[in-house]
Amino acid sequence: MRQRATTETQSHGGRHGSKPLCFCVSVVALIACLLLPASLCAQAPSQPAKGSCVECHSSFPAPTGVTEEQWAADIHAQKGLSCASCHGGDPKDASPEGAMSKKAGFRGKPKRTEIPALCAKCHSDGAYMRQYNPSLRTDQFAQYQTSVHGKRLATGDTKVAVCIDCHSVHGIRPAKDSRSTVNPLNVANTCARCHADAAYMKDYKIKTDQFAGYSASVHHDAMVVRGDLSAPTCTTCHGNHGAAPPGVASVEAICSTCHVFQAQLFDASPHKAAFAAMGAGPCITCHSNHRIVHPTDKMIGTGSEAICTNCHASGDPGFVAAGRIHDDLTKLDESLKRSDDVLDKAERSGMEVSQARLEEAQGHDSLIKARVTIHSFQPGKVEQDTQAGMKVADKTYQAGLQALAERDYRRKGLGLSLITIVAVLIGLRMYIRQIESRNQSGGS
Amino acid sequence: MASPPEYAAQASLHRNRVVRWLDERFGWEQLLAPLRHKTVPVHKLSYWYFLGGMTLFLFMIQVLTGILLLLYYRPSANEAFESVQYIMTQVKFGWLVRSIHSWSANLMVFTAFAHMFSVLFLRAYTKPRELTWLSGMVLLFLALGFGFSGYLLPWNTLAFFATKVGTEITGQVPVIGKPLLVFLRGGEEVTGATLTRFFGFHVALLPGITTMLIALHVLLIQRLGMSVPPGQEAAWNALPPNKREMPFFPNFFLRELMAWYIALGVLGVLAAIYPWELGAKADPFVAAPAGIKPEWYFMFMFQTLKLIPAKVGPIDGELLGILGFGFAGLVWVLLPFLSGDRYSRRHVFIRGLGVFALAYMLGMTIYGYLAVPK
Amino acid sequence: MDHAETVTQPESARRRFVQFLLGGGLLASAASFLYPIVRYLVPPAAVDLGGDSVVAAKVGELKANSGKIFRFGSRPGLLVLTAEGEYRAMSAVCTHLNCTVQYRSDLREVWCACHNGFYDLNGRNVAGPPPRPLDSFDVHINGDDVVVSRRRGA
Repeated sequence: MRQRATTETQSHGGRHGSKPLCFCVSVVALIACLLLPASLCAQAPSQPAKGSCVECHSSFPAPTGVTEEQWAADIHAQKGLSCASCHGGDPKDASPEGAMSKKAGFRGKPKRTEIPALCAKCHSDGAYMRQYNPSLRTDQFAQYQTSVHGKRLATGDTKVAVCIDCHSVHGIRPAKDSRSTVNPLNVANTCARCHADAAYMKDYKIKTDQFAGYSASVHHDAMVVRGDLSAPTCTTCHGNHGAAPPGVASVEAICSTCHVFQAQLFDASPHKAAFAAMGAGPCITCHSNHRIVHPTDKMIGTGSEAICTNCHASGDPGFVAAGRIHDDLTKLDESLKRSDDVLDKAERSGMEVSQARLEEAQGHDSLIKARVTIHSFQPGKVEQDTQAGMKVADKTYQAGLQALAERDYRRKGLGLSLITIVAVLIGLRMYIRQIESRNQSGGS
Repeated sequence: MASPPEYAAQASLHRNRVVRWLDERFGWEQLLAPLRHKTVPVHKLSYWYFLGGMTLFLFMIQVLTGILLLLYYRPSANEAFESVQYIMTQVKFGWLVRSIHSWSANLMVFTAFAHMFSVLFLRAYTKPRELTWLSGMVLLFLALGFGFSGYLLPWNTLAFFATKVGTEITGQVPVIGKPLLVFLRGGEEVTGATLTRFFGFHVALLPGITTMLIALHVLLIQRLGMSVPPGQEAAWNALPPNKREMPFFPNFFLRELMAWYIALGVLGVLAAIYPWELGAKADPFVAAPAGIKPEWYFMFMFQTLKLIPAKVGPIDGELLGILGFGFAGLVWVLLPFLSGDRYSRRHVFIRGLGVFALAYMLGMTIYGYLAVPK
Repeated sequence: MDHAETVTQPESARRRFVQFLLGGGLLASAASFLYPIVRYLVPPAAVDLGGDSVVAAKVGELKANSGKIFRFGSRPGLLVLTAEGEYRAMSAVCTHLNCTVQYRSDLREVWCACHNGFYDLNGRNVAGPPPRPLDSFDVHINGDDVVVSRRRGA
C-alpha cells in the first residue's frame, strides 16, 4: 500500500477550491489501492498458503504455466500443500532467484523416472497420510513396481505411464470426483490415451484395439449407458497401480470374481481340461477379452453364428451336445413367446390376466438361469432349468387360453341376450301393428 | 282406453282390484287421468321425439349401474384403482356393469346433445317452453359435470392428467377462477382430496340436483304437451282434419320401449366386445404422458384453446377462449328470451347459428383426434 | 274391449304367437338382465384389502429364519421371519434383471439365484450384480394376519 495519497492531501491542503477536490481524488485513489490487491485475492477461493509461485506461473503458457483455477481444483492445494511440497524452493520469496534457489531445495521439474518415488515420499508414508485420510491406501508405489509400467520404467523406458500420466498433475482430483481422470467412468479413456495410439505403441508388441473393443462391450454399456459404476473397466481386471495383463491362466480367476456361477460350472465341465491342454484362455476363447458383446442364444449350438463349431466338427459328442443345448434354449424361448402372445391377445380383448403375468416372470427366470447353466456344457443340466421354465410357460399359456375362452363365453352370453332382445323387438313391432290395425278398423 | 291382451283377462281382473285398492289410498286416478289422454303428434319429424326419453333411459341405466358399482368401489387415492380392478376381474359380471356404466355415460352425453340440437332445429324452445329449455340446458351442463367427475374416479393416469388440465383451464376464468379451482380440486393440486370431492359430486350432489331438474323438465313437458315444428303446425292449422296424433300410452310408449331395448342391445355389444380399459394407476410424480386428451365431449373446446395463439392483442389467448365459450354458453341458455315470438324471422338466424355450432363442434372434435401431438 | 267383428282363426293364432313372442321375449330378456345383477351382488371369495396392503401370511405360518414369496399387486414380494423373530418384507424383484429373489437361511441374506446377487435384510444390495436395493415394505400384525403394506412417506 502506497503512502503517496496521504502526502498529496497534506501538500494541497489550505486552498478553498481545490481542497475538497484533492480530498475526493485521494479518497478514491486510497479506495482503489485498497481494492486492487483485494481483487486479486478475490479470484482464488479460500486459499491456504499458495505461495508466490502461482502469481507468476499463472501467466505463463504451458508447460510451465499453471492457472489459478487448475491449482484451486487440485486436492493437494485444498489440503494445504504448496508448489514447494513437490518442487521444493521458497514460496514466500517474491523474487524468482530466491524462490527457485537450490539453497531453498528447489528441484525444478522432476525427471519422469523420478516421479513415482517423489509421489511415494508422501503417499507411501502411512503415518503421514493418516493426517489427511486414514482410509487411503499407501501401497501404490509398491504395487507400481510390480507392474509392467514400473518394471519398464526401472529399465529407463520413459514412454511408460508414471503417476502424473493417469492422475494428471497440478489439477489432481480424487477418484470419487466424476471429473477425475481416474474416476471409473473415465478410466478407459485415460488408458486409451496411450494404449489406443498405434503410433505411440509402435515399439511395443501389443495390440491397440482394446479400447475400441471395450467401447463396444456390454461392460462399457453397463457403466456408461446404464450408469452402473460397479461395472468393470480396464483397472478392474488389470489392476490400477500394479497393472499387468492377466495371463491366460489367471483370466478365469478375474472373470469369476463377478461371474461366480459361470466359473464354477466351467470348472466342473469338460472344457476346463480341454482348454488347458490347448492353451486356450477360459472365458475369453468364446467371449473375447475386451470386445465382450451381449451374448445371444445364437452363440451356442451348431448354427452359422455359433462359436462351438470353431472347435467341434459335425458328429463329435461336443457338436451333438451343443445342438441339444441350443434346441432347449430355443424351445423355452419360443414357448415363453407363445404364452406371451396369447396373454397379450387376452389383455387386448379386455380380459385381466395379471396373475398369469406374475407367473410368467418365473418362466423368464428359468430361461435366465438356463443361459448361465450352459457353462456346464452338459445338456442334462440345462434341460433341468428349461423344463422348469417350460412347465411355467405351459401353465400361463393355458391361463391365456382360458382367458380367451372366458371372452368367448361372454360373447356367447351377449349373443343369447341379443336374441331375447330381438325377440322382444319383433314382438313389440307386431303387437303395435296389431293394436293399431284393430283401432283403425274398430274406429274410435 | 287400451285393452290388455285377452289371455291375461284373469290377471287383469286381479290387477284392477289392486289398482283400485291403491287408488283409494293414493288418489292417483285423478292425477293419471290426463296422462291417459296424452297424445304425441305424428309427422315426418316425429322420430326426434325419442331422444329425450332415450336420455332419461340412459340416465336410469347410469343410476342402476352406478349403485351397483358403489357396492365395491372405494373413493380413496390408495384404493380407487385397485377397487375398479377388483370389480373388473373378481366380481362376477363386474366387467359388464362397469363397461355398461362407462359406455352408457358417453351415449347419454351424445343423446343429450342430440336432443338439445333437435329441440333447437325444431324450434321447440319458444314461448311457453322457455323454462323447459332452461332446465334442459342446465341438465346438459350437469351431464357434462357427471362425465368430468366420473372420469377421475378410476384414478388412472389418463384421468388424473385430464382432470389436472381441465381444472387448470377452469382456474383461468377471471375473478372466480382461482377459488373455483381450489373448490373443485379440494386444494391447490389434484390429490386424493380431489378424488373424494369428485366422488361426492358424482354420487350425491349432481344426482340430487339432476333428479329435481328432471322432475321439473318432465312435468313441464306433461303440462305443455309436445311441440310441433312451425311449418307442420301451420299446415295443420290450415287443414285441421289432416292432424295426426297417437296416444302416448300405449302406442308411443311401446315404440319408445323398442328404442330402449335397442339401446340395451347396443350397450351389451359395446360392453362385451369393446370393454372399457383400466389403464395404469395414476402416479402424480410421473411426467404427464404425451398427447393428453380430454373426453370427446370436451374435445372441441380443448382443441379450440390449443389453436388460439398465446396472446391476442393485449389479452391472454386462453382467457379469450374461455370467455368466448362462456359467452356462447350464456347466449345459448338465453336463446328463448332472445328469439322473439314463435314465427319471428330471428329463428332463421338462430337455425344458422345452430348449424354453425354443430359443424364447429363436430369439426373441432374430429380435428382434435386427428391432430398428431407435437 | 274389442267390439268390432269377431276374430277369425288365423288372426287369433297370430295374436297368440305375438303374445307368446312378446311375453316370452320380455321374460327372457329380463332374466338375461337380472342374472348378471344377482351374480354381481354376491361378494366374491377373494377378499380385496386395497392396493397398498396385502395379507402376506398367517401368524405362525413361517418358521424362524425362513422366507415366503407372496403376491403384492402385480409383483412378487418376499416376507422373511428372521432368526430373532422379526418380520421383514421387501420387493422380490431383483434390481439386476428382474429374477425373483429368495431367502437363504444358511447365509441369513436375500439371494438371487440367477447371477448370485446378495441383499441384506434391509433390502440393500451388498454383493453381486444388483445395482440398486430392493424396495422395502412395512409389516404389522393384525390379529392373525401378517399384513404387508407399502412404505408411507413422501
